[in-house]
Amino acid sequence: MHEKTIAELSAALAKGECSSVELTEHFLKRIEALDGGLNSFVTVTAEQALAQAKAADDRRARGEAGALTGVPMAQKDIFCTDGVRTTCGSKMLDNFIAPYDATVVERFKAEGCPMLGKTNMDEFAMGSSNETSFHGPVKNPWDTARVPGGSSGGSAAAVAARLTPSATGTDTGGSIRQPAALCGITGLKPTYGRVSRWGMIAFASSLDQGGPMAATAEDCALLANVMSGFDPRDSTSIERPAEDFTARLNEPLKGLRIGLPREFFGEGLDAGVAKAVDETIEQYKQLGAEVKEVGLPNSGLSVPAYYVVAPAECSSNLARFDGVRYGYRCENPKDLMDLYTRSRGEGFGAEVKRRIMVGTYALSAGYFDAYYLKAQKIRRLIADDFARAFEEVDVILGPTSPSTAFKLGEKTDDPVTMYLSDIYTIAVNLAGLPGMSIPAGFSDGLPVGLQLIGNYFDEARLLGVAHQYQSVTDWHRRIPKGFE
Amino acid sequence: MEWETVIGLEVHAQLATKSKIFSGASTAYGAAPNTQACAIDLGLPGVLPVLNREAVRMAVKFGLAIGAEISPRSVFARKNYFYPDLPKGYQISQYELPVVGLGKLEIELEDGETKTIGITRAHLEEDAGKSLHEDFHGMSGIDLNRAGTPLLEIVSEPDMRSAREAVAYLKKLHALVRYLEICDGNMQEGSFRCDANVSVRRKGTEKFGTRAEIKNINSFRFVERAINYEVERQIDILEGGGAVVQETRLYDPDKGETRSMRSKEEANDYRYFPDPDLLPLEIDAGFIEGVRGTLPELPDEKKHRFMTHYGLSAYDAGVLTASREMGDYYEAVVKACGGHAKLAANWVMGELSAALNKDNREITESPVSAAALGQMLERIEDNTISGKIAKDVFEAMWNGEGSADAVIEKKGLKQITDTGAIEAIIDKVMADNPGQLEQYRTGKDKLFGFFVGQVMKATGGKANPGQVNDLLKRKLQ
Repeated sequence: MHEKTIAELSAALAKGECSSVELTEHFLKRIEALDGGLNSFVTVTAEQALAQAKAADDRRARGEAGALTGVPMAQKDIFCTDGVRTTCGSKMLDNFIAPYDATVVERFKAEGCPMLGKTNMDEFAMGSSNETSFHGPVKNPWDTARVPGGSSGGSAAAVAARLTPSATGTDTGGSIRQPAALCGITGLKPTYGRVSRWGMIAFASSLDQGGPMAATAEDCALLANVMSGFDPRDSTSIERPAEDFTARLNEPLKGLRIGLPREFFGEGLDAGVAKAVDETIEQYKQLGAEVKEVGLPNSGLSVPAYYVVAPAECSSNLARFDGVRYGYRCENPKDLMDLYTRSRGEGFGAEVKRRIMVGTYALSAGYFDAYYLKAQKIRRLIADDFARAFEEVDVILGPTSPSTAFKLGEKTDDPVTMYLSDIYTIAVNLAGLPGMSIPAGFSDGLPVGLQLIGNYFDEARLLGVAHQYQSVTDWHRRIPKGFE
Repeated sequence: MEWETVIGLEVHAQLATKSKIFSGASTAYGAAPNTQACAIDLGLPGVLPVLNREAVRMAVKFGLAIGAEISPRSVFARKNYFYPDLPKGYQISQYELPVVGLGKLEIELEDGETKTIGITRAHLEEDAGKSLHEDFHGMSGIDLNRAGTPLLEIVSEPDMRSAREAVAYLKKLHALVRYLEICDGNMQEGSFRCDANVSVRRKGTEKFGTRAEIKNINSFRFVERAINYEVERQIDILEGGGAVVQETRLYDPDKGETRSMRSKEEANDYRYFPDPDLLPLEIDAGFIEGVRGTLPELPDEKKHRFMTHYGLSAYDAGVLTASREMGDYYEAVVKACGGHAKLAANWVMGELSAALNKDNREITESPVSAAALGQMLERIEDNTISGKIAKDVFEAMWNGEGSADAVIEKKGLKQITDTGAIEAIIDKVMADNPGQLEQYRTGKDKLFGFFVGQVMKATGGKANPGQVNDLLKRKLQ
């Protein structure tokens, strides 16, 4: 059952070939049996999942099932879940149980999707390898000596190992797309404002965006239909009429204009990744697309600009974790300053502290103009680059990450090298555009991800472009050894 | 050496919205600690602020009332600092782009002159919670009921030159926000709070002296005392050859002095930046015009109308328009007494105000309604009672003994206006006091008052004083 896509599972449920309870039990058993070596789940909510599955079956029996009713899923541990702990990968929130559901969680509940559990992640979504998690690193199912990428590494690994048909992720600088690439699955980061941030623990508010991770583009379209929509509780949520993201899946690609940003194919790109991406370009040509080079001249500034804006926002967003009201509090504080410094010093990991310090510095009097304001200006230039490119092309194509999955511990001592693994994804967040990563072959037995970037609110086309490729390839069907 | 004082005030007016500025929790005062703080007010992870439209409406209303420009686009920023009663570790406030721009307020000085005080800006922000240091031995209690309550911070220009002017400005502002019904003005509950920036300079110089910011001056009386103390302190320093230090000082009302709280060097770097959870606030002309339509008559407009329409002096009109309730009461009295505006003014400002002060009541809590007072004044005007007797009638009404007519009837206070009856009494008084009559008639005019007194005494004060005078004059010839 686990080799089936969500679309197939949904059809099986509709035909009565299986029940949601059977499906849910099956995936819970796989988690039990197989996650020990991966560490992709922080919390497994078996009892709740089965109750939800039972309710979904009842609902189906009453003829009230939605498209995904009864199909189990997993939530990244950044989404608050009423009554189930939400740790955000941090010691700071190891004991935190929210009294509310994130909007995304609410929407999956309303659709009737049993939640199998909460997936592991980099601490407060800060990381590209899942090694900053307080719960320990997640292993890549294609090679357990390697990282799954991050920050949504638990979600990516769990989907790749088929421990869950899908999982949610969040993407601030590539945290859906980069782990999707490294684990050989499909992930969509929607346009900023599509998916409500209510109840999604903030890292960098102006960049954070939730999105689906699953085996295929079609599955991501079905999941996006559930996840997205206007939410009055999030002031940055965009009020638009509901859209069916599956609407353009079968649109032929003849005449589609694909742009290849020359800046994404230069120095630093791994040869094996480049080769796989080149092959996909050929494939798209065969599907009828026209390919042309485009320029994103300011994209080289995206990593430095991002590492000012994101830490600046995080330094403020994480100020609430002070040991006063909830979360981790140090033992026997001797005064208020001691309570603050030790609770935060002991509760946060090294990467989180590094970013809080960088961000605090960037916002300080005397530095604000040189760093924060400058970075905001670069952000505008990057958005303008994309706007110009989209005058000439419909979608932009390139590698998701410069390399395939690297070894655990390989980059942990060198944050700058680590940051560069998001070099192709970050510009998309700075501009607020939709982007996705799809499996595009292998290099030395490790998955390669292809990135597709669309114009604002053009997810339906983007998903169609991905789906057409997946209709003539089977990379997205590959399951790592030991997880078949 | 002559010194000049320079004062600017920052006032925090708590906006009278039902719910908080960024959450749906109630803003009602006095609930049990932490019962009016929702997940947003508590700063739980993942929650987001949504701006309360009503708070914006009130800010715009204020802006229009002071003739200020309403910014078509203003921005909420985060002011970052750690404090236990600040749940998110930052306060959402407006920094570079406030909703209300430059405006002005006219104040009345003691010499009858008016002065215009500039208002630099007014911006929306959220209040913090409260730290309670008493009752918790060796610990602090945190009450987050107040966290997220909407505030309008109103910043004046350094236009005031004395503590008296500062108080006049503050009172005017206080009356204005209550007129506009955007703030209850309750200073004890902290709904209207004031910080003062005070400096002194040699008279005739242009350059401002180094200022101190005085916090915690939450009554009109304290404002005057704190500023006067601070001015003396700064002059003493300067005359002693020292220099004033830029710092924040706290007013201690028990000792009547200010003391240093933190120096400029110790001041926080608040690391302001635009709040990415909130979009810029855009206000269109339609919204502004909608609010303009809800503006009540403003204090100055009302004052001028009272002067021209009721023929009141500037002083009387000023007193009667000091609050919206006072003005409303006065106008209701005038209407009920048949338009005797001056008489009504005298009574509202005299007997009524004295009685309210004595019982420590607001005009809205007066046991004598405007209609009832108006009816009594009508009885003065139609000669049913004299002004003097009216005071007794008013006292009886204040004590709940019924309407003016009922009191007059019950106590038999109706004025004697029957000429024959008064003449009979005069005749009797003359007959009873032949000695005084003889003296009067031989030129001792001063005794006239004696006869008036005797007549009034004989009638229990009820004889119409004018008639008594006229008749006595004739009979005593």
